[in-house]
Amino acid sequence: MSQSPSDTLTTADGVPLKVSLRRAVRRSKFKALLLVSPLLAFLIIAFVMPILDMLWRSVDNPEVSTRLSRTVEALEGWDGESLPGEPVFAALVADLREGQEARDLGLLSSRLNYEKSGMRSAISRTARRLGNLEPPYREALIEINDSWGELSTWKLIERESSPYTLSYYLAAMDRQLSPEGEIVKVPDYLEIHVALFWRTFWMSAVITGLTLLLGYPIAYLLANLPLRHSNLLMILVLLPFWTSLLVRTTTWIAILQSQGVLNDMMVAIGVIADEARWQMIHNKTGTIVAMTHILLPFMILPLYSVMKTIPPSYMRAARSLGGKPILSFRRVYFPLTIPGIAAGGILVFILAIGYYITPALVGGQSGRFITNYIAYHMQTSLNWGLAAAIASILLLVVIVFYLVFNRLIGVDKVKLG
Amino acid sequence: MAIPSYATRGERLWHYVFLGLCALIFLFLVGPLLVIIPLSFNAEPYFTFSEAMLRLDPAGYSLRWYEDFFTSSEWLGAIKNSFIIGIASTLLATVLGTLAALGLSSRHMPARGAIMALLISPMIVPLIISAAAMFFFFSKVNLAQTYPGVILAHTALGIPFVVITVTATLSSFDTTLIRAAHSLGANPARTFFKVVLPLVTPGVVSGALFAFITSFDEVVVVLFIAGPEQRTMPIQMWSGIREQISPTILAVATLLVLLSMLLLTTLELLRRRGERLRGVSPG
Repeated sequence: MSQSPSDTLTTADGVPLKVSLRRAVRRSKFKALLLVSPLLAFLIIAFVMPILDMLWRSVDNPEVSTRLSRTVEALEGWDGESLPGEPVFAALVADLREGQEARDLGLLSSRLNYEKSGMRSAISRTARRLGNLEPPYREALIEINDSWGELSTWKLIERESSPYTLSYYLAAMDRQLSPEGEIVKVPDYLEIHVALFWRTFWMSAVITGLTLLLGYPIAYLLANLPLRHSNLLMILVLLPFWTSLLVRTTTWIAILQSQGVLNDMMVAIGVIADEARWQMIHNKTGTIVAMTHILLPFMILPLYSVMKTIPPSYMRAARSLGGKPILSFRRVYFPLTIPGIAAGGILVFILAIGYYITPALVGGQSGRFITNYIAYHMQTSLNWGLAAAIASILLLVVIVFYLVFNRLIGVDKVKLG
Repeated sequence: MAIPSYATRGERLWHYVFLGLCALIFLFLVGPLLVIIPLSFNAEPYFTFSEAMLRLDPAGYSLRWYEDFFTSSEWLGAIKNSFIIGIASTLLATVLGTLAALGLSSRHMPARGAIMALLISPMIVPLIISAAAMFFFFSKVNLAQTYPGVILAHTALGIPFVVITVTATLSSFDTTLIRAAHSLGANPARTFFKVVLPLVTPGVVSGALFAFITSFDEVVVVLFIAGPEQRTMPIQMWSGIREQISPTILAVATLLVLLSMLLLTTLELLRRRGERLRGVSPG
C-alpha cells in the first residue's frame, strides 16, 4: 500500500487520527457524564421535582372542577345575568351529597372561602341538611343559606371551574378578583404580603450594607497583615461561621432581651434607668443585629479573597505620585475591591431574604420576613396554594440574583472557609 | 501592616483608630459566643448574669444545666437522631458528590456550567422554600415524617458543599503525578490508592464535614418534614428558645460552640496537610 504524505495521519492500527481523537473525547465525555449522573438523578428526584411540584401547586386548582363537576357542567351556557335554573341547583345537591359521603368537602369549602368569605359555612350548613332536602332545590338551598341566592357565588363557581388559577399569585400580591372578574385590592385588614415583601427587601439591604460597613475594614486588615497574624485572626471570623445558627441566635437573645446582659450592664453603670430598659429584641433591631452578626463572615470571606490579590505596591505607587491617603484609597484601592463587594453583597442579600429562623425567633411582630408568612400559611392557615405562590415569587427573586452572581463571579469560584 | 516611615502624624493616629475599630468589630463577631459560655454555668434559671456570678461567688455557678442536658431523655434522643440523620446523609452526599466532582473536573465534561449551577442550587434556594417544596412532594410519596425522608432532604442540602470542596481540591490536583506513577510501574489500582487518594482525601473529608454540620445544624426542613419520631437537636433547641423555660439551651449552646472549635481545628489541620502533600506551601 503506497501512501502519499498528503494523506491523513493515522494511528498504528490505521484509524485516522481525527476519528480516533474524536472517539477518545467522546469516551471521556461519556465517562464524565456517567460519574455525574447518579448525583444528577438524585438531585432531580429529591430537590428539583419538589420545587417543580411546588410551582405547579401554586397554580393548581382542582377543588371546584373535580368536586363540583356536575354543577360546573350544568352551569355551561349560563348567561351570568340572573340566578341559574333548577337543573344547576339539583346538580349542586348531587355533587354535595357525593362529597358528603366521601367526607371531602373540606378542601372545596376552604378553597371557595378564600375567594368569598362565608362560603365555608354556606357549604357546611347545606351539607348538614342534605339528608332531608326535597326538590325544588333552588328555593330549598336559598332558604338554607343566602349565598346560594347571590349571583356572585355562581360567578365564583363558574370562574373557579378552570383547573388552573392565578388567584394564589393575586392573593400573594394582596389582590383578588372581584365578582365582575376585575383585579382589585383586598380589604385593608388583609393587606399584608406586599408590605412584607418590601420589608424583607429593605431590611435585607440594610443588613447587607451593615455587613459591608463592618466587613470591609476586617477584610482589609486580614489581607494586609503578615500571614502568621492574619491566620490567627481569621479563626475569629471562621468560628462564628462554623457555629450553629441557633446558638448565635440564642446568644443574641441572651444579650439583647430586656432582662439581658446588655440592658443589665447599662442599668448597672447608670446609662439607663431600670424601668426604661431598651427594647432591642422581638422587633426590627433584633432581626437586624442578629442577622448582621450571622451573615458578616459571608461578606468578609469574598472581600478578603479579592483584597488578597491587590499588590500593596499599588497604594505605595499612588502615594509616591502625590495622592493623599483618602484620594489614593478612593481612586486606586477601592475600585479594585468592587468585585469583592459585589460578590459579598449579592451573597449576603440572597441569604438574607431567605432567612426564616432568626427573624422568627428575634423578630417579633415588626421584624418578621416574608418567609415567616410562608411558614404561617404552611402550618397555621393551611392555605398551601398561597404558601406555594409566595415561595415561588421569592424563588424567582433569588434566582434572578443568583444568575447575576453567576454571571459576575461564577458559582465554581465560591470558596468555603 | 506596619506604618510606613513617611506617614504623617494624622495618618499614624488614623492607623490606631482603624486598629481600634477592627478590635471592636472582632468583639462583635466573637463576643456573643464568649458571653454564652459563663452564662451556661448560672446557678439561677435566668439568661443573664446573677449578682453572685458577678461577685465570682462559687455559689453563683453550677453545672445543673449540663446535668439537666445529660440526664434528659428528650435531649439525648434528639442527639441520637441528629447523629443518625447527619451521618447517613453525610455518607450519601459524600459518595454522590465526590463521584460527581470527579466527572466535573474532567476536561471533556459537557454543559459543566449549567450542571454546576444545578448542583449548587440547594445552597442558594432559601431553606424555607426547599422545606415547603419537599413537604408537598414527600407527603405525596409517603416520605414525610420518616427517617429516609429527612435523610434524603439533608443529603440534597449537603451536596453543594461536597461538590464545591472536592472540585476545588481536584482542580489543584496535578495530573502528571498519575502519569509519573504509571511510568514508574504502578498499575491503575495502586496509582489510585497510593497517589490519588491521599491527595484528594483532605478535600473529601472537609466536604464531608461541611455536609455533616449542615445536617447537624438544620432546622427548617426538619421542622416541616419530620415527625415527632425524627426530632433532632436543632428542633429541640428551636422549641427551647421559643419557650425559654430553662437555660439548658445555654449549656447546649456552649457544647456546640466547643464542637465548632473542634471542627474548625480539624479543617485547618486538613487544609495544612493537603497543602503539605501537594507541596504548595509550608503552611
